[in-house]
Amino acid sequence: MGIFEKIFRHHPPWGVHPDDHKLPAANAPLRSLPLPALLYVPMQQHVGSPARPVVLVGQHVLKGQLIAEAQGNVSAPVHAPTSGRISAIGEVTAPHPSGLAQLAITIAADGADTWCERLPVDDPFALAPEEIARRTAAAGVVGLGGATFPAAVKFNLGRRLKVNTLIVNGGECEPYLSSDDRIMRDRAAEVVDGLRIVMYAIGAREALVGIEDNKPQAIAAMRVAAAAFGNVQVRPVPARYPMGSDKQLIQTLTGKEVPADARAAEVGVLVHNVSTCAAVHRALRRGEPLVERIVTLNGGALTRPGNLLAPIGTPVVDLLRFAGVSGRPARLVLGGPMMGIVLPHARVPIVKGASGILAFDAAEAHVAEAGPCIRCGSCTRACPMGLLPLEMASRIGADDLAGAAGFGLSDCIGCGCCAYVCPSHIPLVQYFSYAKGELSARERSKLRNDATRRLAEERVARLEREAREKAAAAARRKAERDAAKAAAGAAARPLPVRIVKPASEAAT
Amino acid sequence: MWLAIFSLTLLGTLLGLALGLAAKRFHVEASSIVAEIEALMPGSNCGQCGFAGCPRAAAAIADGSAPVTVCPPGGKALAQMLAARLGISIDLTSVADEGPQIAIVAEDICIGCCRCSKVCPTDAIVGAAKQIHNVIREACTGCGNCIDRCPTEALLLQPLPVTVQHWVWPKPATVVIALAV
Ligand code: SF4
Ligand code: SF4
Ligand code: SF4
Ligand code: SF4
Repeated sequence: MGIFEKIFRHHPPWGVHPDDHKLPAANAPLRSLPLPALLYVPMQQHVGSPARPVVLVGQHVLKGQLIAEAQGNVSAPVHAPTSGRISAIGEVTAPHPSGLAQLAITIAADGADTWCERLPVDDPFALAPEEIARRTAAAGVVGLGGATFPAAVKFNLGRRLKVNTLIVNGGECEPYLSSDDRIMRDRAAEVVDGLRIVMYAIGAREALVGIEDNKPQAIAAMRVAAAAFGNVQVRPVPARYPMGSDKQLIQTLTGKEVPADARAAEVGVLVHNVSTCAAVHRALRRGEPLVERIVTLNGGALTRPGNLLAPIGTPVVDLLRFAGVSGRPARLVLGGPMMGIVLPHARVPIVKGASGILAFDAAEAHVAEAGPCIRCGSCTRACPMGLLPLEMASRIGADDLAGAAGFGLSDCIGCGCCAYVCPSHIPLVQYFSYAKGELSARERSKLRNDATRRLAEERVARLEREAREKAAAAARRKAERDAAKAAAGAAARPLPVRIVKPASEAAT
Repeated sequence: MWLAIFSLTLLGTLLGLALGLAAKRFHVEASSIVAEIEALMPGSNCGQCGFAGCPRAAAAIADGSAPVTVCPPGGKALAQMLAARLGISIDLTSVADEGPQIAIVAEDICIGCCRCSKVCPTDAIVGAAKQIHNVIREACTGCGNCIDRCPTEALLLQPLPVTVQHWVWPKPATVVIALAV
């Protein structure tokens, strides 16, 4: 911790303060992307089960029409981002670190961008909270801050756990990104109306809007929009990464600490992102499902960085072209530089959770060679969750995942602070991602084993039952045959010698 | 001579008694560890390990006559769990593990003879006589029992496709952190 911070105990003791690179993109006015010719809408844009297509190839759809329905309790439906013809239902490269393929619906836009019938609500506060949750779910609204958890599922959770405070996350602590900043500046009234609807839906009495103090225009705009509502407070918070993480924002705003392995709702608060609130506003007041979002285009390789309003499913290459690429970007990142994912190429569609596309030039993309750990302890000081990254990583390196879990691996939010400060440039977060994935894979295989064992046991039981039934049936048939024979024999020639025979037959 | 006979008899009796007592006294609930290992095994009794079913393999692993890497469908993950349970360390880098596999039916050459579904230990193959058969992905352990049964070679073992849902981040190159210990 620097001497400066020791004197001015203004910053929280955790986290890092990277150069934020938000300007000039954040100040450029919001632009709309011209409608792309083809949109690739993935079926899994949210946490939970993928949506299931309900349209056929060749079918004509209108903007906002349901094209894939939610499956299971935690899932979200997907709607057509524009009007046009379904030209394919197949696999495209997913915006996922694996670069694997994923099911998507391809729409050839007809250019008219005709909406389907929308059902706006004049007064959402006259509806039952359950109805708001239902409409939010039907509009496919998911957490737009990056977590992409279905919003309505969280509403129901908040109502059940009697949440008192809604925290509205306008932190946007990731460097380079400014889509939340832009939505607060340009659509503050929508955000405030949306968050009031969310408050009503979860039964919260107050709302705290946390905005990092490096966004003065957003704070001013939100203050104006929220002035009429006494229970909505706009609170500037220190700009410090990862302020936008739920647990850190809750602690900064309310002083409450969310226990390990607990959900925020269990301490009486619920967090929703500002863009999610705006999407809820649109879903209710205008009856519009989530079909577009604001995407930050930023990075050294772009000539016109800024924020773009783009339909879901737009290929990244179209966005890059619009933002003007100079040369070949050295790296493409979806999301922020700290927690975002590296895209394999630009023919990947954007999804609901895509807050930004970063095109880095060679200098920005430079990754220093990793060296040996010098046990400086910087990672431990930076970790916002109070973990010991070096201890965890050394155990994971030695394949001792249980040991790493014992050091609180499951609490790691993957924020990347540790790797950011590490003077040896050790890819600490990748160790943690690997270990978390591996542990859940083992858990899955255990469940699978249990299931197959049950199947095998059931099969043995079935075979035994079948053998028993077969034997019983054979015995019955035999008895019947014998009885018939005996009866026939008795009728024909009632000789006592004959009676012995069935017994000897039965014995064989 | 009587003395020799007597002393040796006494020695034998005493030692035998001591051994017998020790066996009782230090009796390890052998069946409990076998049961525990058995619970970790796939349980489909496919026989790929060369033992007659998972319980036998579990017993062999418990008494050390079989390595923890003996079960092919269990793969690396099972070997790791077994090693952890038995408190031994293994070098997994040498374990050939092509990852989980499942059987698939080439639908155009299946004649619906029903031979495969009879031998599947987990009832993972569905189909009726003279109908195309199919493998239920979730239930197949990749044991391979069905493969040779097929008269038309319609059954093949294939690696379980990695999907976005199941993908796991690769482990970073270990050179660096080895020094952190
Ligand atoms: S250990 Fe996890 S939570 Fe802590 S700084 Fe590293 S990535 Fe962030
Ligand atoms: S910051 Fe890097 S070098 Fe320092 S203790 Fe942590 S892992 Fe080791
Ligand atoms: S389908 Fe074949 S490979 Fe799969 S479990 Fe059944 S018998 Fe084994
Ligand atoms: S054994 Fe081969 S041909 Fe017969 S039912 Fe099975 S897959 Fe079809």
